Amino acid sequence: MAGHSSGTNRGSHSMDKSITLPPDEIFRNLENAKRFAIDIGGSLTKLAYYSTVQHKVAKVRSFDHSVKEADGDPLYEISVQEEITARLHFIKFENAYIETCLDFIKDHLVNTETKVIKATGGGAYKFKDLIEKKLKLKVDKEDEMSCLIKGCNFVLRNIPHEAFVYAKHADSEFRFQTTHPDIFPYLLVNIGSGVSIVKVESEDQFERIGGSSIGGGTFWGLGALLTKTKVKFDELLQLASKGQHTSVDMLVKDIYGGAYGSLGLTGDLIASSFGKSATADKEFSKEDMAKSLLHMISNDIGQLACLYARLHNLNRVYFGGFFIRGHPVTMHTITYSINFFTKGEVQALFLRHEGYLGAIGAFLKGAEEDNPNQYSWGENYAGSSGLMSVSPDLNPMQRARSGTFDMLEMDRLERQLVNLPLLQDPSSYIPDTMDLTEDALAREYWLYCFEEALDGVVKRAIASQPDMPEAAERAEKFRQKYRHKLQTLRNQPFAYGSLTVRSLLDTREHCLNEFNFPDPYSKIKQKENDVALRYYLKVVKSLEELSWEQRQFALVRGLLAGNVFDWGAKRPWLVDAYNQWIERLKGPPHTCALFFVDNSGIDIILGVFPFVRELLGRGTQVVLASNSGPALNDVTNGELQILTERIAAMDPVIHSAFKEDRLTLVQSGSSSPCLDLSRLDKVLATVVRERQTDLVIIEGMGRAIHTNYYAMLSCESLKLAVIKNSWLAERLGGKIFSVVFKYEVPPKH
Amino acid sequence: WRNSKTSDKNNNCRLIRASCGRNGRSKGGLQKAFRSPLGHGAGIDGLHHNHHLLYDPQASGSPAKRCRLRRRVDSLKKNRPPFPWFGMDIGGTLVKLVYFEPKDITAEEEQEEVENLKSIRRYLTSNTAYGKTGIRDVHLELRNLTICGRTGNLHFIRFPTQAMHRFIQMGRDKNFSSLHTTLCATGGGAYKFENDFRTMADLELLKLDELDCLIHGLLYVDSVGFNGHPECYYFENPSDTQNCVKKPCCLDNPFPMLLVNIGSGVSILAVYSKDNYKRVTGTSLGGGTFLGLCCLLTGCETFEEALEMASKGDSTNVDKLVKDIYGGDYERFGLQGSAVASSFGHMMSKDKRESISKEDLARATLVTITNNIGSIARMCAVNEKIERVVFVGNFLRINTVSTKLLAYAMDFWSKGQLRALFLEHEGYFGAVGAFLELLKSSEEP
Repeated sequence: MAGHSSGTNRGSHSMDKSITLPPDEIFRNLENAKRFAIDIGGSLTKLAYYSTVQHKVAKVRSFDHSVKEADGDPLYEISVQEEITARLHFIKFENAYIETCLDFIKDHLVNTETKVIKATGGGAYKFKDLIEKKLKLKVDKEDEMSCLIKGCNFVLRNIPHEAFVYAKHADSEFRFQTTHPDIFPYLLVNIGSGVSIVKVESEDQFERIGGSSIGGGTFWGLGALLTKTKVKFDELLQLASKGQHTSVDMLVKDIYGGAYGSLGLTGDLIASSFGKSATADKEFSKEDMAKSLLHMISNDIGQLACLYARLHNLNRVYFGGFFIRGHPVTMHTITYSINFFTKGEVQALFLRHEGYLGAIGAFLKGAEEDNPNQYSWGENYAGSSGLMSVSPDLNPMQRARSGTFDMLEMDRLERQLVNLPLLQDPSSYIPDTMDLTEDALAREYWLYCFEEALDGVVKRAIASQPDMPEAAERAEKFRQKYRHKLQTLRNQPFAYGSLTVRSLLDTREHCLNEFNFPDPYSKIKQKENDVALRYYLKVVKSLEELSWEQRQFALVRGLLAGNVFDWGAKRPWLVDAYNQWIERLKGPPHTCALFFVDNSGIDIILGVFPFVRELLGRGTQVVLASNSGPALNDVTNGELQILTERIAAMDPVIHSAFKEDRLTLVQSGSSSPCLDLSRLDKVLATVVRERQTDLVIIEGMGRAIHTNYYAMLSCESLKLAVIKNSWLAERLGGKIFSVVFKYEVPPKH
Repeated sequence: WRNSKTSDKNNNCRLIRASCGRNGRSKGGLQKAFRSPLGHGAGIDGLHHNHHLLYDPQASGSPAKRCRLRRRVDSLKKNRPPFPWFGMDIGGTLVKLVYFEPKDITAEEEQEEVENLKSIRRYLTSNTAYGKTGIRDVHLELRNLTICGRTGNLHFIRFPTQAMHRFIQMGRDKNFSSLHTTLCATGGGAYKFENDFRTMADLELLKLDELDCLIHGLLYVDSVGFNGHPECYYFENPSDTQNCVKKPCCLDNPFPMLLVNIGSGVSILAVYSKDNYKRVTGTSLGGGTFLGLCCLLTGCETFEEALEMASKGDSTNVDKLVKDIYGGDYERFGLQGSAVASSFGHMMSKDKRESISKEDLARATLVTITNNIGSIARMCAVNEKIERVVFVGNFLRINTVSTKLLAYAMDFWSKGQLRALFLEHEGYFGAVGAFLELLKSSEEP
């Protein structure tokens, strides 16, 4: 049955009103909150609301060029503007806090438009009056299962590493899965007090194909009877994890004696659950009985799930419900059972935000007029607690610090994100080269690196806002927040999905934004762009003087070198496909090249533009893809717009190409120093398709080494970078400043 | 046995097939590995087995053992083994024993009959209880059977597996080994106790595959009928408690059938012919679970006691129903309010735990286990595309609550597509199958 964790009656009605909440840390942005939804389960309440966040963004604006520029005037104007973006807040807390939380919300809710709160979950009925009285909002009940499915679709679609496989004895217990671009069809096995098995075929099409009455309620109810103690569900699981089921269960070896081995049997298989308790004249320990019960129920659910998966020919099976939620013990037993019954054909999948599905779904039902499914949403690492944040087993420290509140924040992205149409196999594409969740040495190294670099980042952040006296204070808050994130990741590398260099970088960007440092590099970028522009014509002219062969090499070096011209002089490089590239250039021109650019300054102006110029000269159209928002010193779309105009003003080749649209600028949709080709601006995808793009160029460490190093494209590709990190260079078999020049041609079909 | 002429022919065919070493399983039925034990819930799906039922003493065990076996086979009279004729199924909880009592003993034969053979016959047939725990199910006795040219009655006896050692001691005390009989045994205990039989009573077991025995025993008993009545029955109007009645029926064309054997654990087989079946799956939630949980929850000690309590209880005081959660039907998913949403779900509440009766707990345990078996069986039937589901095993003994519930569950959830069938000799087919192998072994030396 559905997550009917209702009426669990744990005697938790006595609300602890003495609890004081650290308000600005938990119910954030309440002043602009609207569209509330609540999901009340047997022990946990999940609250959802939509809010808007006002934060600073860096904008660049070109000066009026009709006015004669004085030397020393900046190239363009940088301004910090206030921008309002949409954010979804989800907060999970124990039911004991519900009254305190409602009081807090009432006190801080200024938005008067809100009239209704969507509610789901078994407890929604029980707390209806309280909610209506406290919040003066009408409680509007939504069907629990529909909410779950809606929430599940939402997280699968918007959170890349949502689903994971649980492997208790592996190096990393959590193996995150790349979500298939088409999330349907799938099976959702929701283990609440009973079990519901739902087949989901599309956003609005789903069917309860079966279920079982033996579920979490059976474990809890029967477990409480057997152990004769007043226990909570969690405590019962704790008991189970300490027990030995073999003293209670009748195993194959109990029936066959020692002779099962020669028969090809596994003696440890359970022949009859609780089979020994009928005959043995002895007392069984609570732990042992709880363990036996846990096995019995997990195996039974796993078996049914397999039978249904087979009948409906489905191999994606997600498990959720309070029986699973955040409990390594049950994830393990369910995984074991699924492996056993399907011999590995079906994997048990779990969801990082499983506990929020109902609340998300209820919220989405109430927000249908805003069309939330039209947008892409991104998990905000700064505002989200991460997996297992309140699991006492895994994280006793964390629990003490942040109480029992777990948060998830999702930002509405300005654009819809889609796959690059040129991925060879979108379903197997993994952006990141190294999974730090699985690689303990690499994890150690990079966490250390980011911690070491923190001082520098803080200084730069302060320096970027010289006229704001409180910048230092904010920067200090940033430092604390990010350091705390790093500490969390040290203990729980799986907190936000696979830990990668990209996720570490992105988390830092999210934290910087959180404290209103939208673009610490803006001034540096401005200065570097200005300097580089002055050399542009000179560089172009000197390149034109070279022979064709010499020029090609100089162009590639210009791209690689970025800002230090000596790099990349000596060949062969660490990865060196230069000769093949030159051979290719002697052939027919490419139709269209998509170029993912990297840094501001010399890199873009003196490296990328001359290279682009050469491509244009060959008759190849060029699409320059740059970040939508700032990240480190990467050139943003706004900056590139200005730079292109400035270069076009000097260089007729660029001018005509830009005017004739043979040279186009697009946004990547990202604000990361790395690149996820499965989450790109929809416009970019359209342009790529329309122009019949047959060459993709990816430049720089973040985009070509940390990510996409192994990405397989369906057209020719160039991945080039100088490895400016000795540890990473060594990992790849080279030394610091090694050059990677990867030219790949997809196999012909 | 049933028709010895065709049977011989079949055996010849099988011999040829077997000697081709098909699937490397040419060892034959008797010595085949027990790859899928009865009632081992956590079972692995079986392969299709083509069973070659031939007796091949060459292939059994150690050379010494083979020698002894051959001698014994050689010493047999032309076409049947010496008395006594037994078949034994040693399960996880119960030992099932069938004993053939010849009724056509001639005076001459009676004189020749050794004393301890006589005493065994008298002991078994004149008592209905043996020791503290052995019981003869008199009502199941099959009368006037003709097997291997002999006519007599087949007796059905059971005792707890825990008493196995006492039984072996008895075999020693009665000098059973002097009778030179072949002791055909199946079930896991045939392995577990093999050595004890050998060392304690100088008895050599002929170990038999329990699934083969189960199927052969079942088909045999069905074919001879139950003293002139059908062995098989079903429930008419299973979804209507008022008009639900037991009806006899014939298993004339039994294949394919889904055979659900509920012992301590549960095995589910898809049977396509006498010798062609596969183990589909199994579950560890079986009769042993019912009794085990009942003992823990209510302090009862026997199956009979547990069932007695269950018959007086009300599971809805223990289980949480759909209507307890939704106030009625859950219409979005077409679930009736009376359906169980969470077994033992009410027991999450401390107050309810403290006020619940043992009878209610026993009933809930029975209903939970039975419904779960029904649910798995139904899914298997759908997956295997089989409409006939036959439930056997000692869990169903004197257990009309479960048989009716299974009949109801099959009918209701399949919308009348599936029919649950039951057999009068519930748990004894493995033992009957072992007994048949004893007679077969004499046919094909």
